This record gives sequence, C-alpha cells and structure tokens, in this order.
Amino acid sequence: MELILEGVLKAIKMLISLDREVLDITILSIKVSGIATAISVVIGVTTGTLIAINDFPGKKVALSLVNTAMGLPPVVVGLFVTIFLWRNGPFGFLGILYTPYAIIVAQAVIATPIVTGITVAAMQQLPKKLQLQILALGASRFQMAVILIKEAKLSLFAAVMAGFGGVISEIGASIMVGGNIKGYTRVLTTATVMETSKGNFDVAIALSIILFLLAYFINLILTYIQQKESGSR
Amino acid sequence: MVKDRPILEAKNLRIDRMGVTTLDIPSFKVGEGEILSIIGPNGAGKSTLLMAMCHLFRQFSGIISFKGKEVGRDISPSEYRRHIGLVFQEPLLFNTSVFENVASGLKFRRIDKRNIEKIVMGNLERFGLAPLRNRPARTLSGGEAQRVSLARAFAINPDILFLDEPFSSLDAPTKDNLIYDLEKVIKDSKVTTIFATHERDEALRLSERIVVINNGRMVQDGAPEEVMNYPCNEFVASFMGVETILSGVVLKEEGGILTVSVSGLNIEAVGEAPIDSKVILCIKPEGVFLYPVSIEAQSSARNNFMGEVTRIVSSGFYQKVYLNCGFPLVAYITNASAKSLGVKEGINIRASFKATSIHVIKV
Amino acid sequence: MCFRYIKYGTSVFLMFIIFTVICPPSSAGEKNIILATTTSTQDSGLSDVLIPLFEKKYGYFVKTIAIGSGQAIRMGMKGEADVLLIHSPEEEEKFVSEGFGINRRPIMYNDFVLVGPPSDPAKIIGTGSVVKAFRKIAESKSIFISRGDNSGTNIKERALWRQGGVKYEGERWYHESGLGMGQTLNIASEKRAYTLSDRATYITLKKRLDLTLLFEGDRLLLNPYHVIEVNPLRFPKVNKAGARAFSDFLSSKEAQSIIKVFGVDRFGQPLFFPAAPKKQKGLER
Repeated sequence: MELILEGVLKAIKMLISLDREVLDITILSIKVSGIATAISVVIGVTTGTLIAINDFPGKKVALSLVNTAMGLPPVVVGLFVTIFLWRNGPFGFLGILYTPYAIIVAQAVIATPIVTGITVAAMQQLPKKLQLQILALGASRFQMAVILIKEAKLSLFAAVMAGFGGVISEIGASIMVGGNIKGYTRVLTTATVMETSKGNFDVAIALSIILFLLAYFINLILTYIQQKESGSR
Repeated sequence: MVKDRPILEAKNLRIDRMGVTTLDIPSFKVGEGEILSIIGPNGAGKSTLLMAMCHLFRQFSGIISFKGKEVGRDISPSEYRRHIGLVFQEPLLFNTSVFENVASGLKFRRIDKRNIEKIVMGNLERFGLAPLRNRPARTLSGGEAQRVSLARAFAINPDILFLDEPFSSLDAPTKDNLIYDLEKVIKDSKVTTIFATHERDEALRLSERIVVINNGRMVQDGAPEEVMNYPCNEFVASFMGVETILSGVVLKEEGGILTVSVSGLNIEAVGEAPIDSKVILCIKPEGVFLYPVSIEAQSSARNNFMGEVTRIVSSGFYQKVYLNCGFPLVAYITNASAKSLGVKEGINIRASFKATSIHVIKV
Repeated sequence: MCFRYIKYGTSVFLMFIIFTVICPPSSAGEKNIILATTTSTQDSGLSDVLIPLFEKKYGYFVKTIAIGSGQAIRMGMKGEADVLLIHSPEEEEKFVSEGFGINRRPIMYNDFVLVGPPSDPAKIIGTGSVVKAFRKIAESKSIFISRGDNSGTNIKERALWRQGGVKYEGERWYHESGLGMGQTLNIASEKRAYTLSDRATYITLKKRLDLTLLFEGDRLLLNPYHVIEVNPLRFPKVNKAGARAFSDFLSSKEAQSIIKVFGVDRFGQPLFFPAAPKKQKGLER
C-alpha cells in the first residue's frame, strides 16, 4: 500500500514537472500511433468504402476476413513484421527494423482492419436508398463515395479513434519490431513494462496514468460522438 | 395516350429474383410532358419498375430508351441519369444545409458557383423554402425535408421526374399543401413526371394517365376516368374504390340492358355480354341511394332492394353503410341523411341504384 | 450548433494529422549498431549509463535490444545483431567456434545468488555448495521460479540442476516465468519462492522484494559477461566497424572504471566488477 501511494505521488510529481523522459516517450507514442492511424485511415476508409458500395462475388468472404483481421493479435503482427523487416528478410533492404518506422508499419497493419471494418459498418448503416438517390442526382461513382464518406463522417471519426486507441495501447508488436530502444523506440506501453520489471514503479505508474488519460480522452470523444449520433436520428 | 415521340420507352423489362419474377413489363411508353401515375398495392412492383426505368438496378433484363437512344448502348447509364430527377418516400437529405442539399446535383455536374446560387434560390422559392436556406437539413420537419428533396430534384432541370411514393410519410394537411404546390411546379415546368403511389386519391389529383400494376405486371393503362369508371378487372375495381363487386350470370339482354342473376336475385345493368356468360358487376358506393322502408320506390332507378344494415363506418364527412340485400352492398350517405334515416345496425332499409351506375366486366 | 462542433472536431483531427506527419520521429543517422544484450544490463541501468557515453564519443547510434542471452545469440546467428553483450559462457564459446562471432572479450563479471523467502523452508542457509542447496530445494519441494527463457541465468540454473542430478522439468514445485530477471524476482517474492538471480538485478530491486539472499560465493556461481562481435565475413550486412568500436569502448579504461563504481552511490556496493584485461593499449590496435 505504501508502495502504491509513494508511486502515485512520485508519478504525479513527474507529470506536473513534465519529466523530460516521460514527456519524450509520450510524444513519441502519440506521433507513432498518430501516423500509423493516419495511414490506416487512408487505406481503411478507401477499402471499406469500396467494399461497402460495390457488389462483387466474394464480398462476404472479404467482409469476414476484415472482421477477423479486426481482432488480429498485435504479437502476431509483430512477429510477421519482424520477419519481413529482418536484415535478411524480404524488406531487409529498408533497414527499418528497430526504428519508429517499423512500429508505424506494425501499428498501421493492426489499425487498418479496424478502420476498414468500422467504415463498412458505417456505410451499411446509411439508408440503402441513399446510394440510389446520389446516383440519381447525377453523381459519378467517385462523387457518390465522397458523399457517402461525408455522410458517415461521425462514424468514421469513431473509427479513427478506435484505431488510435487500439494501437497506442498495444505492446506486443511495438516491443518486437521497435525493440524498446531508449529515446528512440520506447513508447508508453513498452516503457511501462520495462520500468515495472526494473522496479521503477513510480515511472511505470506515471506512464500508466498518461496511457489511461489518453484512453479516457479517446473514449470521451467516442461517447460524445455516439450521443450526437443518437440525438440527431 | 402516348404522344408521337416517347421520351421514355421500356421494352421487355424483366426482373427475376431467386426464381420469382418480380417484374414483367413487355412494353411501356411515356410521352414527352406526360404526367402519369403508377398505382398498385404495396409490393406490386411500382418501386422496382421505377428503379429499373431510372437504370438504378443492375440485375434486370430489357431495354430502356431515352429519347430514342438505348441506355447502355447509345447513351451510358450515368449520362442518362443526368437527365432524370428522383424523389423517394424518405427525403434522404445530406447532412448539410438546405442550400447545399439543393445545390448537390448541380455540383455533381460541376456548374459554376454563380449559376448554382441562382438556380438553387429559384427552386427554394418555388417550394417556399427560401427562409430555410441556411438551416441544417437534419433539423427540418418531414414536410419541409420532402420539399427540399423535391427542390433538389428540380434544381437539375430534369427531363423526367420520378417520384416514388413521395407523400406516404406525411400527415394529411402537410401532404395536401405539398401536392398543391408540386402540381403547380410540375405544370409550370412541363416536366415529364412518373409518379408511383398506392394512394388512389393522390394519383387522381396529380396525373393525366394511370397505370395500374399488380404482381409486377401491368393490369390497366388509361386516363383516370377510364380506370376509375371502367376498371378492366376485379382487382382494379376494388383498388380504385369500387366497394361492391358481385359475380353473376347473364340471363337476358334487351336494348343494351343486361339482366344478371346474382345469388338468385336479378340486377339490371347497362353493358354487353352474351347470355349465360359469367360477368362481374361493379357498383360504386356513391351510386347507391337509401330510403326508409315505408317510402315506396319512387326513383327511376331500375334496381330496388330491401336490405339489413350490417355495419356502419364513419369517415368524417360521410358514412359508409354495409347492407345485406341477399348480396352484399355498400352505400355512402352524408351524416345528415344518416341522421334523418335513423340508420343503425340491424334495421331494414331500402336501397336503389341505376343500371347505368353499374360497370360490367366480362370474365 | 452541432455543425460547429463537427467542424471543430474535424479541424482538430486535421491539425493532429498534420502535426504528426510534418514531425516524423527523429531518425537515426546511418551509423546504427544493433546491440543484443541481456535484460540484466538494462534492468540494472548499466546500459543507460554506458551507451549514451559511447554514442557521444563515437558518433554511433546504438539500438539496444534487451532480451535473454539465448535469444541474443540467436539474433547473432541470423546476422540480425551487430554486437552481443551477454553472459552464457558455454553458448558463447559454441557461437564463436561455429564461426558466428569473433573477438570474444571479457568485460565484467558479477555472480549469481540464490534468493528465497526469509523463512527459508528448504533450509539452504549454510549449505556447503550451490549444488547441494539446489538439491535441498528439490527434496523439500519448495517452489522455485525459473526464468525459463534461455537467458544466461536460465542456462546456468539448468546446468546446476543437472549437476545435482535433480529431475526438475515438469515437477510441480518448478515454475517457469518466461520473463526477465526483474519480473521473475517480483514473482518469486509474491509466491514466497526461491530463484536464481544475478547479483546486480537482485541488489537493484532488493528494497521492494520480500526475498533474502540465502546462498552465495560458490565458484560455480560466477557470472562473466562477454562482448562478441558478429562475424562480418559471414553476415556482410553487419556493421563491422561499429561493432568493433563498441567492443573497444567496453574494454576501454573509461568504461571499465564506470563499471567499477556503477551502483555504489545507490546501493553502497558495485553491481559488476570490471573484467577486461588491464593492458588496454595492446588490444585496441
């Protein structure tokens, strides 16, 4: 109990004094996960929209693949990204294993199915006749896709948040492909694990509080969006 | 009915879904400037037919031609769709302002801003929406939203306007006002209009031609009076509001007047049919008159029967009286005459109707 | 009202994307080396002192991957690391003799200690040898937490069981954590179990553990750390110069003197003892 109290107090001190190392780790985490999310949004929203507005043979298979991939375990992604990025692996020439770029790649792989899945669901929630209405107004298929994305904007924003929340709190892939290198690939989750095993509970608690605050912030936005959604329908 | 040059022509339209034919229209033509209603019960295939004619269904066989050009061969479906307007039962507005909604079709066509402003404002005026131009679409009432949807369809100045049950979600006064305004706009713009509805009254108010469809097939195609007064079969008759439909056998024909035996009683009707043939008699409720039993028949009507009132349904301005005269008969009477007649369930009453107010359908 | 919020939300999100895209994470120069090392050098904090100094002096960027010695050796065998700093002598020798590594040099040593609950249920205090102590743990069926991760500590521990002729695999009292030294010590403390730890990590975490040092000082418990460069002839992608520079640095007087005093300020005793041959000059060239 004393330990916890002591840890929490020291953690709060660290947060208030903006401890350099804690701050750097937080900023790196947000940057890495932010870029990974941005990449996954570009790929995921495009793919999701294409799946949603087109009828093609194998659509159900594609959908179930996306839905399965939404729950892809980060360690599995980490393992495969590691194997691909090894010096002697197929993408070894890039030389990005154990760099933040490797974490970005792995996290983008984790977040893309989440964004894709939510995009498809968001599109399918729109009235079915909406597509017909847009086409009947003389839109090209591209113009239709743009309008549909705009209409599903709020749900898509939720998709972004879910993707970001998923990757910033992920550890398995980050530690495997990033290596938890101090000041370089050490992110909130990997640092928390390491500081715990080092016995630096105060730092670990400070990092956890930041992670918790980030998660809380994301959920706050999500809840807000959902209430806006239900209030308007 | 179709004027010389059809603006829209459908040939051998067919949609089969999972082995069931949901639409089968061998030939259908719409003349330039025509206002026609497609009428039929829910699930008859009205919407399906409309969607096929808009070329919005991919799985259908048949040919749609616009101004003589075959869609998909002489003109691409997307190009064809730039000539049509479509309004659904749901307004399906986009989540922006009223102005932006009405402008959307113009923006798809990359029309320059100044023209968009002009066209949109004109159409907002037409539908009485000018004060709402900056309102978010999601804050509109049902009637306002449907007006925006109509203004949006009109903004692109379509050659053909398709309306798919556009009033079905509206309450009666809102609907009346909207139909009144829409009728004016349609007549002013002379746009060819194809209007699907299951409400007979809407069809009668708006259109100059009525196409009745049922089970995906065209049943009757004609002017409103024609369809109303001379339904070609029992289905159309009941759908167009004929309450009494009786089947009988022709006993004799004399001077254009048939004597038809219905449940052992003889009814006289104007029409032509061979003796001993089966016919269907349609008696509209407004053609049936009721008298107290005590008063001897004094009307010139050929058909006079005694009956018992089995049910009375009040519809506000008038009352619908169900009689049993040996055959079922329905009459409409005003509230005032219902009162003076003392109509109530169980009493006997005298009913009469003219031979000319019966429509005879040969079976 | 809600429109303003949506626009606000969208613009915040856009700013966020722009912020993240125009400020990519600081990228390292071309002079990267990958160091595969044991968790004990990281958990004790030694690498946090030595590596920044090396980076500053030599201009390299070191990617420290802290894993068990076994995993580090496997990374070396695939050519995925440039240099190893590990403590698993037998495997190290094999690694070098099979041509995966070159220039194995002793850097430092400390020793393993046997720690356990203060009540010492297996009565190992005062036992003559570590092998006997291990046998007593097995006989009393006291819980023993093994790293189970092929680390240097784990390899040493398994060798000790074998030397005592004890069957330990699959026994109910024998638990494998699969975790680093620090967390394994935490588990042993919570479960009132015995475990084998390197002295450095134990001293670092001692304050928060309910574990007593019960056995030390056997010659078998010596724990030497070596630096090995991954063979550049075998793996052309290896950063040969960087690995050599790092190896030289660890053997240098400066690094050795840091190792000598590391931990004294916090724990009143050093965590490691320098082990590089005293005559530096001859080796550096």
